[in-house]
Amino acid sequence: MSEAKQYKYIGTRSIRPDGYDKVTGRANYGADMSLPGMIWGKILRSPHAHAKIKSIDTTKAEALAGVLAVASYADFPSVADEVVASGEGSSNLLDLANNILAKDKVLYHGHAILAIGARTAAIAEQALGLVEIEYEVLKPVLDVNDAMAADAPVLHENMFTQGLAETPTKASNIAARQEFKMGDIEVGFAEADIIVERDFYTPTVHQGYIEPHACTASYDQDGQSMVWCSTQGHFDVRTSTAKLLNLNLNRLKVIASEIGGGFGGKTTVYLEPVALILSRKSGRPVKMIMDRDDVFKASGPGSATRNWVKIGAKKDGTITAMQALLHYEAGAFKGSPVMMGCMTAFTPYAVPNMYVEGYDVVVNKPKVAAYRAPGAPQAEYAAEMVVNEIADKLGIDPIDLRLKNAAKEGTQTIYGPKLKAVGLVECLEAAKNSPHYQAALKENQGRGVAAGFWFNVGGQSSVTLNMNPDGTGTIVEGSPDIGGSRASMQLMAAEELGMPAENLKPIIGDTENVAFSAGTGGSRTTFATGMAVIEAAQDVVRQLKERSAAVWNLTADQIEYQEGETFSGDNRMTVAEICAGAERTGGQITGRGNINARGAGPSFAVHLCDVEVDRDTGKVDVLRYTAVQDAGKAIHPSYVEGQLQGGAAQGIGWALNEEYVYSADGHMENAGFLDYRIPLASDLPMIDAIIVEVPNPFHPFGVRGVGESGIIPPLAATAYAVSQAIGLPITDLPCSPPNVLKVIQDNA
Amino acid sequence: MAIVIFSGELEKLTGDTRIEISSVVYRDMVTELVARYSALSRELLEEMAVAIDGVIIVDPLLEKLPEDSEIHFLHFVAGG
Repeated sequence: MSEAKQYKYIGTRSIRPDGYDKVTGRANYGADMSLPGMIWGKILRSPHAHAKIKSIDTTKAEALAGVLAVASYADFPSVADEVVASGEGSSNLLDLANNILAKDKVLYHGHAILAIGARTAAIAEQALGLVEIEYEVLKPVLDVNDAMAADAPVLHENMFTQGLAETPTKASNIAARQEFKMGDIEVGFAEADIIVERDFYTPTVHQGYIEPHACTASYDQDGQSMVWCSTQGHFDVRTSTAKLLNLNLNRLKVIASEIGGGFGGKTTVYLEPVALILSRKSGRPVKMIMDRDDVFKASGPGSATRNWVKIGAKKDGTITAMQALLHYEAGAFKGSPVMMGCMTAFTPYAVPNMYVEGYDVVVNKPKVAAYRAPGAPQAEYAAEMVVNEIADKLGIDPIDLRLKNAAKEGTQTIYGPKLKAVGLVECLEAAKNSPHYQAALKENQGRGVAAGFWFNVGGQSSVTLNMNPDGTGTIVEGSPDIGGSRASMQLMAAEELGMPAENLKPIIGDTENVAFSAGTGGSRTTFATGMAVIEAAQDVVRQLKERSAAVWNLTADQIEYQEGETFSGDNRMTVAEICAGAERTGGQITGRGNINARGAGPSFAVHLCDVEVDRDTGKVDVLRYTAVQDAGKAIHPSYVEGQLQGGAAQGIGWALNEEYVYSADGHMENAGFLDYRIPLASDLPMIDAIIVEVPNPFHPFGVRGVGESGIIPPLAATAYAVSQAIGLPITDLPCSPPNVLKVIQDNA
Repeated sequence: MAIVIFSGELEKLTGDTRIEISSVVYRDMVTELVARYSALSRELLEEMAVAIDGVIIVDPLLEKLPEDSEIHFLHFVAGG
């Protein structure tokens, strides 16, 4: 069990090691790699949301001067119906290939069909216009209600609902059913004095990472390949691409560029295998870049959902039963995060009777990807809205109601295990005691409270710590840095080695420089890769002791290590002195940490949101926002605060404005940041971040992941604040001006 | 002995909610469960994560199952 202790480096706000490169523009992102002889690849995308491809004729395109290669589904060697690791989750290889380049049917507006490689981007673009494709246009389904109708057009003739007592023989758009239960909800509802139930809708939303997908790929004549790309997991890019193209892993090097945001959306592949096919066929390196239109239409957004929640409680606020029915859009291929929605919806509550049923439904929209705590925000939004309504109806303070029912150590979860040490109660108390919660509201203003739970994960991480002859070191890790993890690695190594953080340089190794590491996602990196760093640093200390012992004719167990020095009796050597003489004591010193981390600690968050609504226009202004979250131990508090603030900002956008807008024929109509409106700095107040530290007993420093929980509460905190301000229930997101105005006018 | 608690899909397949097992290592437990329940397959169990006394483990194989520990199979959790 980690105990509260004083650290020298951990908990400080050190200068970020990647800071100078980023603020001076020297940092190299996905589109910044160019190679001699490089050509450009462009993707031809479907103009239809649902259509069979009857024929493709590329004759004219291939005849265009400057066109060097065409890639289509047929260029995938022989794709098997198997599951491969993809990001933090897994993908069916056939679906993955079909999403990257459609085989014989297009399933959403923007679905990639083929790619052309040409000497210039303009020639490639021109050639796309010369490709002749004949389609049989089919009716699209754009919502779970339509997709689940008995007479709905079916996207996949070979999809039969999994998870039923008997697998049906008729194909449908329902990929799977999930069910989780605990206790007896009938008994629970019978015990209740009050029952509230409502239907909720959340739209398709995009992660909104600023940097589009981009890569440069090179396939050498001797069969050695290289991919440079913007990704959250370059080892996963290697796995997927090698599987799709039938390459041995040692024939494919993947280099992770700096990354301009991912939030789960860069845990799979879109361009990389295509660029490599074009490179193989043309004999040239190939660069491919999505524009914003491509990113919206054809990368992986977050699921739209239709969810129903019913909760019963006694007059004293004791919740007796919680029930939910969740429907999640998967996009064009199965695999929505509905299961995580089922598992998280009610986890902030210690309630004996729960039942959650979930459906994974395919629709004619892009295949969803992970989006920060995938599946949790939608389900917990519905649950938290009803919890708030029950608090209101019972006349109980919403934080007090949550404190009365809060999950804590030992609470049985609906997904199986009991919770270990968690910090929800501490977060609720911090929120209640905050100046924000004490502040008064005025007319047309409202306040919302919501809690959020996310599991966090561990997984495989590899680190080598190479000591230099001057006693400094280089930390080579395999986890792309999407949220400041290099600074955290540096601080943890510094703490373990007792030397200044600036003496330890963290870098992200490519797939040939460091052993396999799972992608950066699931809030795992500071936790899991941090444990690998600690292990590597301890390995270095062990070797430093051995070298000192050899020099002093002692044994290693007679040597102490502290603050960058070994000592025994009057003998004393600095790390720099030991490393300077390493060639005479056995060679250079390298520490290794290769782990599969267990014991990820869940992180709870509690948010407060104040809004003011203009009743004439429906416009919502966020007046004040506070995000409270349990970090276990904040290694670099500024980065933790940034995660809390970033999660809140994204969640507020989800609550207030963001949504994919489709025409009836399935065309996305707002594929750009002018029409798909993420919050700007000018839209938001300063978001107050309160870090709670309840140590995770399974991490040497008590760390919990912090990257995801912060996006869960804002949906309900913001929407309930709007509801309070207008005095009317809100169920459907976003709370955009026309939607809020409609609620007001419908109830006038 | 360790206790395996079945829920959801596994409860339906086994007809049990809670059993004691003699295995002391995860790998042996899977063999024991597959032998005990014809509806369970090694593939099904190995596709799932496991929680041993509340600690979720994604890739178990040689994990020890302490005396009186509670074991839950659960779906693999992905993140963003």
